[in-house]
Amino acid sequence: MNCIVDSDIGSSSSSGDAAVALTRKPRRPKYSKFTQQELPACKPILNPQWVISVFTLIGIVFVPIGVASLLASNGVVEIVDQYETACVPRNMTNDKVAYIQNADIDKTCTRLIKVPRDMHQPIYVYYQLDNFYQNHRRYVKSRNDAQLRNSKEANETRYCDPERTTEDGSPIVPCGLIAWSFFNDTYRFTRGDQKLTVNKKGISWKSDRDHKFGKNVYPKNFQNGTLIGGGKLNADIPLNEQEDLIVWMRIAALPIFRKLYGKIELDLKENDTILVTLKNNYNTYIFNGKKKLVLSTTSWLGGKNDFLGLAYLTVGGLCFFLAVAFTLVYMIKSRKLGDPSDLSWNRDSSGADYELFRDFTSSIDS
Amino acid sequence: MVRDGRRRERLRWSKLYSFSCIKPSVVLDTEAPNSLSGPGFSRLVHCNQPKAHTKKSLNYPSNYISTTKYNIITFLPKAIFEQFRRVANLYFLLTAILSLTPVAPFSAVSMIAPLAFVIGLSMAKEALEDWRRFVQDMKVNARKVGVHKGDGRFGYKHWHKIRVGNVVKVEKDHFFPADLLLLSSSYEDGICYVETMNLDGETNLKVKRSLEITLPLDEDEAFRDFTATIRCEDPNPDLYTFVGNFEYDRQVYALDPNQILLRDSKLRNTSYVYGAVIFTGHDSKVMQNATKSPSKRSRIERKMDRIIYILFTLLVLMSLLSSICFAARTDLEMPDWWYLQPENTTNLYDPSKPTTSGIFHLVTALILYGYLIPISLYVSIEVVKVLQAMFINHDLHMYDGDTGIPAEARTSNLNEELGQVHTILSDKTGTLTCNQMDFLKCSIAGVTYGLRASEVEIAAAKQMASTFPDENSINHYLLENNGGDFESAEIELDGGITFAVEKARKTMIKGFSFEDDRLMQGNWTKEPNAATILMFFRILSLCHTAIPELNKQTGGISYEAESPDEGAFLVAAREFGFEFCKRTQSSVLVRERYSLPEKPVEREFKILNLLEFSSKRKRMSVIVRDEAGQIVLLCKGADSIIFDRLSKNGRMYEDDTTKHLNEYGEAGLRTLALAYRELEESEYTTWNIEFLKAKTTIGPDREAQLERLSDWIERELILVGATAVEDKLQKGVPQCIDKLAQAGLKIWVLTGDKMETAINIGFACSLLRQGMKQICLSTTNSDLTSEDAKKALLLSLANDQAAKENILMQITNASQMVKLEKDPYAAFALIIDGKTLTVALEDDIKNQLLNLAIDCASVICCRVSPKQKALVTRLVREGTGKTTLAIGDGANDVGMIQEADIGVGISGVEGMQAVMASDFSISQFRFLERLLVVHGHWCYKRIAQMICYFFYKNIAFGLTIFYFEAYTGFSGQSIYDDWYMLLFNVVLTSLPVISLGVFEQDVSSEVCLQFPALYQQGPRNLFFDWYRIFGWMGNGLYTSIMIFFLNTNIFNDQAFRAGGQTADMAAVGTTMFTCIIWAVNVQIMLTMSHFTWIQHVFVWVSIAAWYLFLAGYGMSSPLISGNNYKILLEALGPAPVYWAVTLLVTAACNTPYLAHISFQRARNPHDHHVIQEIKYYKKDAEDQHMWRRESSKARQETKIGLTARVDAKIRQLRGKLQKKVSSLSIRTAR
Repeated sequence: MNCIVDSDIGSSSSSGDAAVALTRKPRRPKYSKFTQQELPACKPILNPQWVISVFTLIGIVFVPIGVASLLASNGVVEIVDQYETACVPRNMTNDKVAYIQNADIDKTCTRLIKVPRDMHQPIYVYYQLDNFYQNHRRYVKSRNDAQLRNSKEANETRYCDPERTTEDGSPIVPCGLIAWSFFNDTYRFTRGDQKLTVNKKGISWKSDRDHKFGKNVYPKNFQNGTLIGGGKLNADIPLNEQEDLIVWMRIAALPIFRKLYGKIELDLKENDTILVTLKNNYNTYIFNGKKKLVLSTTSWLGGKNDFLGLAYLTVGGLCFFLAVAFTLVYMIKSRKLGDPSDLSWNRDSSGADYELFRDFTSSIDS
Repeated sequence: MVRDGRRRERLRWSKLYSFSCIKPSVVLDTEAPNSLSGPGFSRLVHCNQPKAHTKKSLNYPSNYISTTKYNIITFLPKAIFEQFRRVANLYFLLTAILSLTPVAPFSAVSMIAPLAFVIGLSMAKEALEDWRRFVQDMKVNARKVGVHKGDGRFGYKHWHKIRVGNVVKVEKDHFFPADLLLLSSSYEDGICYVETMNLDGETNLKVKRSLEITLPLDEDEAFRDFTATIRCEDPNPDLYTFVGNFEYDRQVYALDPNQILLRDSKLRNTSYVYGAVIFTGHDSKVMQNATKSPSKRSRIERKMDRIIYILFTLLVLMSLLSSICFAARTDLEMPDWWYLQPENTTNLYDPSKPTTSGIFHLVTALILYGYLIPISLYVSIEVVKVLQAMFINHDLHMYDGDTGIPAEARTSNLNEELGQVHTILSDKTGTLTCNQMDFLKCSIAGVTYGLRASEVEIAAAKQMASTFPDENSINHYLLENNGGDFESAEIELDGGITFAVEKARKTMIKGFSFEDDRLMQGNWTKEPNAATILMFFRILSLCHTAIPELNKQTGGISYEAESPDEGAFLVAAREFGFEFCKRTQSSVLVRERYSLPEKPVEREFKILNLLEFSSKRKRMSVIVRDEAGQIVLLCKGADSIIFDRLSKNGRMYEDDTTKHLNEYGEAGLRTLALAYRELEESEYTTWNIEFLKAKTTIGPDREAQLERLSDWIERELILVGATAVEDKLQKGVPQCIDKLAQAGLKIWVLTGDKMETAINIGFACSLLRQGMKQICLSTTNSDLTSEDAKKALLLSLANDQAAKENILMQITNASQMVKLEKDPYAAFALIIDGKTLTVALEDDIKNQLLNLAIDCASVICCRVSPKQKALVTRLVREGTGKTTLAIGDGANDVGMIQEADIGVGISGVEGMQAVMASDFSISQFRFLERLLVVHGHWCYKRIAQMICYFFYKNIAFGLTIFYFEAYTGFSGQSIYDDWYMLLFNVVLTSLPVISLGVFEQDVSSEVCLQFPALYQQGPRNLFFDWYRIFGWMGNGLYTSIMIFFLNTNIFNDQAFRAGGQTADMAAVGTTMFTCIIWAVNVQIMLTMSHFTWIQHVFVWVSIAAWYLFLAGYGMSSPLISGNNYKILLEALGPAPVYWAVTLLVTAACNTPYLAHISFQRARNPHDHHVIQEIKYYKKDAEDQHMWRRESSKARQETKIGLTARVDAKIRQLRGKLQKKVSSLSIRTAR
């Protein structure tokens, strides 16, 4: 049906009509399944079988993982020794800060630790700091990766404020607060007469050693200023071999953190007593930070961590519960899927204008 | 050749016409010119001296029009300004600027890049839209018109080059390029016909007439030395007034609107006119009328803004909290944190100045938690909407093959509003109807002719047939059970129509759909009342004002008539064998052919007088003298008027004709009654002398005298019969209205037509039906005012008050009636006319009117002006607070289209104004169904889900950043790498949500159409209510808690690998981010119900992209990747914990939602859930009966539309049946 008004009254055609005609040329959209929104599609629906099996499946997968995690966690032997208070001489417990800041006092301290269970090598030695904000924004930013990587860019000390240069303006390598506050407690272990060597090689990421810390970059002007932070570095060893620093410079996410100190590559027996000789140099007293020494074995999941296993068991268990709950829901108040009587117009009988229809058809049928 | 054509058209209509706008020529010369003084009347136009208007004071704007928002220079500043008017964008701009300072927690690029991307994309869209407007303007500006170039030569010029003062020559069927003063036309007496559809939507032609003094200027040559001066009013938007003086030959003449041809109206039935340009370009009245199209925003978007404000508040609160904590910790604890060198700090971390640090930190925090506000939300929505609009534009089901015009979403920002429409306000002419009249039936001498059913009857029959597939069995049943006792006439209708449906329509003759062999091919001569039939055909062929036009190619004759009805009559007469072939000044030639083999006889009828049609008279008559010398008055008019004027012996067929007229009326046909009167020579002469005297009278009572005289002669008529013309509905209109009504939409019709026509169309569209109670609101004493102008002036105040009280009373009574109605099936229709509306729309009673209208099943407003259309729309929009949609095709609908929440223009007709002002354009009314029920429904759900998901995802992500703050001493450090944050919104999570917004379908388009009730999910706003929004936000909160605390507890302090390494911040951050990516992407998969390969690809690609990015990022130089160097390949990839955590967190985040939706579906399924299930198990194919039954039930209770009509019919039949049965049983019992 043609509905153009007056299309054939008046046969004269003219430039004006031509312009209109130009816009009138058929603009039939091209057919494609895409433009017509008719692409084949998968339209899954949440039917009971699907829901129950999904929850069951999650349960089936999660519970074993949880059990495995817990087992792995239980297999890990861990010794934690908190020493920051114990290492303060009795006469100075009231003024720990004075103690730690007094360079003249010998900071050596000995601790005895007992091995609760057999520990198989490698045994990892960690130090743990509490209440230390490595993740503070001021702290996180205060480093320069370019300088650490390449000796030629030693002058590159951007972002390193306030630990950029010495007073005479020569650059500090490694610059920045992170390096400046380098942890410097040291530990030595002996079992009876036997000295337990701590292997400090390979405690950092290989990529850090190979690519982030240059092998021809040597510490320069480090801890030379008036304000001494943490530990000093041996200026003759290139940065990529200073693994303690590399580990320290991997800032922790949370204010309680552990960092790897080294590995003891010997098995320890149950009830072995280990004498730890430590140098208690690092000042955590001023901010009430704790210091702990940790010896731990690992499993395939890493350290002792029950939380992962428990979380898995909880989620898995809840899913089993949901599976059961839904089975009950579907059983007790079963709704046949695709039953038209569940449509809203069938549910509220009041709005059935079409009663009429049914009456009528039934009156015919009878 | 040209001159011949001109001769032929040299008719002096003024000699024939008696009423209308033509004044007797004598009046003009003596009329005093208007006194023009004071501000607002300063315009001076030197006709034919366009050069005079290059001088400073008279340098009026050119005829160039521009509707664009920007130009090349202003685009950048203006468009950028527009962008930053969105609060969210302004916030992001501020953060981007601040990111250049050390306050920012992130690197500058990670703040600026997404913003630039987002703003750039939006601006590109703006530019494209403006370009389209520019092209449209150019098309108009480049139209050509003949312009006087000097020395009596005319040449074509582009419209935009026309200046004030030019003399232009406009040809037939062309638009006027500017507001012109009509100087002369191809008619000798300087009249011309103008179609003003683009201005006021009226389709009947208007007559304009030039001043007597300029009549000689009717040739190109005459303009060689023509000069004149016009002093007139300044540009103003009033279309119906004009005040000015015309100075010519040292004489001053008054000008009035009769001489003014307005831009965008069209010259019709006139070969050419000459005119002097008065207003050009933006000065012209139509452009002055153009209002800036308001920028509309959808309901959802407005709500979304509110949510964004909520989030902003949250953001500020969080920032304040963290700043206070930060200041406290900086003040109290930081002096002890020696590793930060607290004594060497800047203002940002100065423990000695905690307040300053706190304030700086506040800025940092505002930026840091900015991820709570989804920066990409606006741009994603924009992308999604453009793609949705693309689907609308490409929908082949909304493409009209006849005109070659597809649907078009002209603005894409209202797509989802289409799914929430509550009331549709529709124009009539051109929207519901084609403005094409088809002669369909007639009643002559009490016999009805014409077998074809009107479209509405056919549609109703079809509906009936589909409701009762074995419809014949019903009839049989009814007949059998009553032993033929039942009045079979009641059922006859249905059977007869089904027959007509099956019968294929023959080749169409435009304007003629009559089918009845009794009258065709000269068979009428065999009918008993042949003489009456002859008179009927004579009236058809003689009583009109049309001009025949010979078509040179076909040799046929087409007619130029003032109204399409008249055209249809002439076509009908031609088909019956009475071909009107020539009109001269005083006579009409008709070729009469009584039977087929005979040669036609050419008869000449002298036209003695013509009493033309006016809306007040509602009739027209001609007085002719036939070849035998007999004087006859032939009259056609509204039945009520004609029946009043019948003579005693002329009422022979009155009863039958009345019955037929009622039938026609119910079928939605326009009816006119035909009558004649034979006049005695002497009687005519006496009358004519009086009449001529009256015609030349000067003064106010001329009109009244003419009225009285015509009244005198137009009486004692003899009824011949009646005609029924179908105002052709656009294709599929009744069905579309039916479906829309079932979808729960209210439909109001607003038309400029008179009440009778409007009611006819109401019937034709099934908005009205038999048995519906019609409430007509009208002013009773409206005639009084026009009868006596002076009295009316005095009484007008009192009258107004009285009219108002009267209307108020009518409304109150009607409301009372509606309230007291007990019958649940009773339906009311409100019909209100424009005059009443003027009063009823006043502030104090408009709400009562609205309340009444809401109670009525259908509302029809007739005789409404464009302004009133807009006012009614506003009343509905503001009064009900629901979404309104206005649909129309003409410039008179522009106000309504702009006022409504959504404006839809019908494209394909001549004027583009409605389309230009609209938000969507479709070429046929019937496409509205698909536009709303399919696209609207989809878009609403898509956008709603998409926005909810967006908030969810950004809350889930943004809050983890906040939690982490608590562990960093609120220092403003983020656990994530800058790059992760940058990619999160722009790359890693954007594609799946866009695919959700573009491709999601809860049910297929067929189901949407079959189950119109599903549409109600939109107007009821089931998917974007606060419950749902907060639900999603809660889900985001839960997810963020799960992600953060599971991760931090697992990575707490222990080694995470067999190699003993502990996790640093990069490792924890990356794992956490991996969890987020998985959680939100799995979440969106649970949200979607429709997976094409695109969704699959987008979701999986997003997840894969994260790992790819991580691997690639880790392999880039450590200077770029920092601590994330080789993070995936070396540190996290080989660690089982990393993968275990991902799995754990993903499951923990999504199981509650899964449980929730499973439970919802199990216990309280939505309709679309059940339908999805039916489709999934293919139950619809197995049990087609059930499927059909459900789809017929899936509709809102409605009292309008075909289905309601059929229902009413069934009820009626049942009622009758029961009565019969009971009476039968009583009889048998006796």
